[in-house]
Amino acid sequence: MKYLHLIWAALMRRKARTLFTLFSVLAAFLLFGLLDSVRSAFNTASSNVAGVDRLISVSKVSFALSLPKSLYARIQAVPGVTQVSYANWFGGIYQDQRNFFPSEAVADNFLDLYPEWELPEAQRQAFRHTRTGAVVGQSLAERFGWKIGDKIPLQATIFPQKGGSNTWTFDLVGIFRAKNPEQRGNENIFFFNWDYFDEARQFGNGNIGWYAERIADRTQTDKVAQAIDALSTESDHETKTQTEQSFTAALVSQFADIGLIVGAIMAAVFFTLILLTGNTMAQAVRERIPELAVMKTLGFTSKSVLGLLLAESVVLLAIGAAVGLVLAGGTVIGVRAKLGAAIPLSPVGGAIWLRGLALAAVIGLIVGVLPAVRGMRLRIVDALSGR
Amino acid sequence: MGTLVEIRNLSKTYERGKQKVEVLHHIDLDIEEGDFVALMGPSGSGKTTLLNLIGGLDSPTDGSIAVAGERIETLGEDALAKWRASNVGFVFQFYNLLPMLSARKNVELPLLLTKLSAAERRRKASVALELVGLSDRAAHKPSELSGGQQQRVAIARAIVSDPTLLVCDEPTGDLDRQSAVDVLTLMQGLNREYGKTLVMVTHDPKAAEYAHHTLHLDKGTLVTEPEPAPA
Repeated sequence: MKYLHLIWAALMRRKARTLFTLFSVLAAFLLFGLLDSVRSAFNTASSNVAGVDRLISVSKVSFALSLPKSLYARIQAVPGVTQVSYANWFGGIYQDQRNFFPSEAVADNFLDLYPEWELPEAQRQAFRHTRTGAVVGQSLAERFGWKIGDKIPLQATIFPQKGGSNTWTFDLVGIFRAKNPEQRGNENIFFFNWDYFDEARQFGNGNIGWYAERIADRTQTDKVAQAIDALSTESDHETKTQTEQSFTAALVSQFADIGLIVGAIMAAVFFTLILLTGNTMAQAVRERIPELAVMKTLGFTSKSVLGLLLAESVVLLAIGAAVGLVLAGGTVIGVRAKLGAAIPLSPVGGAIWLRGLALAAVIGLIVGVLPAVRGMRLRIVDALSGR
Repeated sequence: MGTLVEIRNLSKTYERGKQKVEVLHHIDLDIEEGDFVALMGPSGSGKTTLLNLIGGLDSPTDGSIAVAGERIETLGEDALAKWRASNVGFVFQFYNLLPMLSARKNVELPLLLTKLSAAERRRKASVALELVGLSDRAAHKPSELSGGQQQRVAIARAIVSDPTLLVCDEPTGDLDRQSAVDVLTLMQGLNREYGKTLVMVTHDPKAAEYAHHTLHLDKGTLVTEPEPAPA
């Protein structure tokens, strides 16, 4: 700590240069905070522990292919399965193309499989008994200012109605909320009655998008999944049954490998940052060679000079990273307040801070090492005489 | 008082590319404790090289240097740095203060290497600044001080850890006449009142008059035998 004023004085030697470098570091870590927040949100979505006792059965050929409704009763009879429900992707749009959110037609018992969602019993019953009924997550309702009793028109992108209309109008009868605040991202969804959907749609009637099953014993997952898949072996609708976690992960990876994209962007940003701050540090040390020689003259050892220069670089990165992460945290709070779960973002919490500061320390050491070694190796008499 | 600096058969050769330049040739010299020695000679005569060797900033090619009985040419880099921190104070021609630090923080710099508390470091720095007559300039940065004041801050920095030996490389070379007189008077006082041993490189014969005696170097050789130390 007693050397902190020396480090600070060195950083403040060229205030404008330090400030501009800090801005670059800050911008890089603001981006890091936001992208890591997105990555964490996708990870949370695919590692939702609440779904470990649920299986999802989809067509083995493609998620987009349907399964016959006749499987419903047969899956129910599989030993180890305690509850079965089903759903179909709808893909509706509300008012504008930009207002996209997941919308699904679900069986009336579908929400029973998701105890992690809180839906008042009266609203649950209303959903069962209202043909055009729909329930939505709280985040989605807040995003569009919906309240119970509202009529919500969705534009179909896949399933027109029998009369040719693309407009499906639903009555909002319930708003559910995720019990775990960490899973608020899952509230960005719109459910409506499968019966209404199946009766009114122009094609595909009687077919199911996917089945969801709850199992009695989560240690028997593989066995039950194999038994379900065995029901349709060598048929034209073979199934692939997997845990909800695996299914979500596979679904997310169909959009893109978020981890890879985030990693690639950050690698490019940090590579540029290393070049930039490395140049700044090299310049800062080069112009301070006589001062470093004086410090060595006074008795500072080569190792202490090395340590001071490395600390200088790490402190610069750490300050920029901390401010960047604070801004990222604020931005995430702001975006979530404004758009709800429209953009998947996790709060910038301890894990992101830890990763960010560790990254700052590593980059600080990388950019500081060459100038610091130069400072460490300088010969006092040469440096003092300007050689 | 005994001999503080004992130099025997000291040689220094620099390599400039393929060329070898012998700067000092077989120097023998004793400097008594409490002495004030001026080193004079033309440019390139080896004055600064000799001063650097006495101050432990450089190592000889041959020969030995003992300061207070310690053979400093045998010390490793880190040990030599620690030895410098506690035994030698340095004063340079261009002051060499750290521009971002206040006068007090500059003076405190050598004390960062000790185990003294922050309060103790501050107190000692204040005493040193008072000694050089700059208590009222403690909070000023070097750029806010005159050349003479900066050199007095540098002297305060050199004496703050109470070293026995002060090595001064043309301490008045960048100063006007009055400031030079002030600095030399201060150095003389440190020698007379506090018993510091001073070795000063200078081009200025008037500055050399403040020393007890003057040594002349020419082409790396002492051309004047050291005068006996005053009784």
